[in-house]
Amino acid sequence: MPGILRIAYRLLVNDRAKFAALLVGITFAVFLMIEMTSLFSGILKRSSATVINIGASIWVMDPSIQTVANTIPLPDYVLDEVRSIPGVKYAVPLYSGAALLKLRDGVYQSANIIGLDDTSLFGRPTLLAGTIEDIFAENAFIAVRDSEFYKLENPKIGAEFELNDHRGVIVGIAHVSSSGLFGVPTLYTTYNRALQYIPNMRFTISYLLVEPKTPTDVPLIKQQVAAAGYLALTKDEFIQKISDFYKYQTGIGTNMLLMTVISFIIGMSISGQTFYTFILENLDKFGALKAIGAKGRELISMILFQASFVALTGYGIGVGLCALVIWLARIYLPDYAAIITYANLGLALVMVVIIAAFSSYVGVRKVLKIEPFDIFRG
Amino acid sequence: MPRTAIQAVGLNKWFGEGDTKTHAVRDVSFDAHFGEILYVVGPSGSGKTTMLSMISGILRPNTGAVKIEDTEIWNLSDDELAEFRLHKIGFVFQDYHLFPRLTTAENVAIPLILQKRDWDEALKEAVLDLEIVGLKTRAQLPPVKLSGGEQQRVAIARAIVGRPDILILDEPTASLDGDTGRNIVTFVRQHILSDQRCIVIVTHDARIYEFADRILKMEDGRVVAVGRELLDA
Repeated sequence: MPGILRIAYRLLVNDRAKFAALLVGITFAVFLMIEMTSLFSGILKRSSATVINIGASIWVMDPSIQTVANTIPLPDYVLDEVRSIPGVKYAVPLYSGAALLKLRDGVYQSANIIGLDDTSLFGRPTLLAGTIEDIFAENAFIAVRDSEFYKLENPKIGAEFELNDHRGVIVGIAHVSSSGLFGVPTLYTTYNRALQYIPNMRFTISYLLVEPKTPTDVPLIKQQVAAAGYLALTKDEFIQKISDFYKYQTGIGTNMLLMTVISFIIGMSISGQTFYTFILENLDKFGALKAIGAKGRELISMILFQASFVALTGYGIGVGLCALVIWLARIYLPDYAAIITYANLGLALVMVVIIAAFSSYVGVRKVLKIEPFDIFRG
Repeated sequence: MPRTAIQAVGLNKWFGEGDTKTHAVRDVSFDAHFGEILYVVGPSGSGKTTMLSMISGILRPNTGAVKIEDTEIWNLSDDELAEFRLHKIGFVFQDYHLFPRLTTAENVAIPLILQKRDWDEALKEAVLDLEIVGLKTRAQLPPVKLSGGEQQRVAIARAIVGRPDILILDEPTASLDGDTGRNIVTFVRQHILSDQRCIVIVTHDARIYEFADRILKMEDGRVVAVGRELLDA
């Protein structure tokens, strides 16, 4: 490390009170920013859990759909119409709906029921126990082992329950990549059994899952589906649509954004103010350095180094603290929806860099203005 | 014939414009030589500090020139001037301006570190200079743990560590009691002054006048007298 930066480092860390105040400011801001954005990321991921877990390339739905949870059933003829579109390799129906289960001890528990196409079982989950063929057995359901699994009283294969006075039996335990948003367990069964067990409206298909022959067929499929009065979205588009709904139409996004901005402002205020005080206290020393022969760019490098060091140290501690809190929260609250993504980390880093730049700017301006002559004048 | 270290010619400096214009230094010319201690004395507001700043490359004069050895310092660019100060001029400020968060040795090593010398080597040399000023045992203490006289000696060690030809001391005894002040100047005279070094001291402490080789007296921005005879007076 160049000597001038070593001096800067010692000036900074040896002033323990200021250094601690700067670190607390940045750490606090980073912690809040990452916590807020991680919560939001967790909510967004969970809101698209069904789309992620089923994994179909194209989803056909009613144009009024806003989230995967609010289904508007499609008439059966839409399935035939979609299957007849050139470029469609195959199209299958999917049932997605809520049901009330009566568990063995008499407790009622809401659940999300996914009915897979009886012929193909397209969108089936990965099984941890049992075999997928058992889903065709009488009254068969597959339970998903996610953060809500315990609400089904941690069933084993063979466990029974009631659904609408029908007997249900767990024949498999599955793993999926994402848990749902609404805190209810998920059960997979066949499409026809879902219709048989759960009371339905006139139309029964929640979504059509479509696989194009080639990726270049996607635009044509979307166009033809639109011509029929429905909406076809790729998996990513559907996830984006759901995200947009939660971001812009529920207030969740606005609140999270607001909290993130407030965290940023608090961090910038604390750090900017403390750093400014730190510079002010050392201003005469910087002037003395200038008189001795330090060049302007050397003083700037000292300040930039100090601001960057504080920012990155605070960032590291803030990220670590946030990860620790999320880890602890998950131990006690399995439903806790927060995930730290690279995007969250990147966003917080950008904001911390802005805080460091702002703090440096304030310090640099002050230091460059100091005249060594003022040091002589006292 | 003593070699000229500093040659100031026709220095003028004013601040402000129009009604607020203040003429701080008026047409000051003088020489300072290697091997001598030149005192700049005069009442407050007489322009001593402004003149000192101009001859040490810190404050640009409105008119006039300053030559240190063979270099016209005000013809240099800002960076060249900073480099020149770093290698040729040592400063002892009135309030010392030591970094309280650095050790005494680190404070002394600052000019060497600015000269891009290796950190450990600079600290070693700083400790040697602290030995010269009698503070080797205090090398690892922060300056705030030292007395005023000791801090003054640390500031002197910092000023000489880069082996400058010119040493500028601004009111070196202002914050010290009479004995300590005299000790400091005696020390400077006995250990810091050499044939290769010129020392300029700004002071209005008459108790230390006896240590000067020559005295330059200023009033209202002008040099009103120069010479040894002021001592006798």
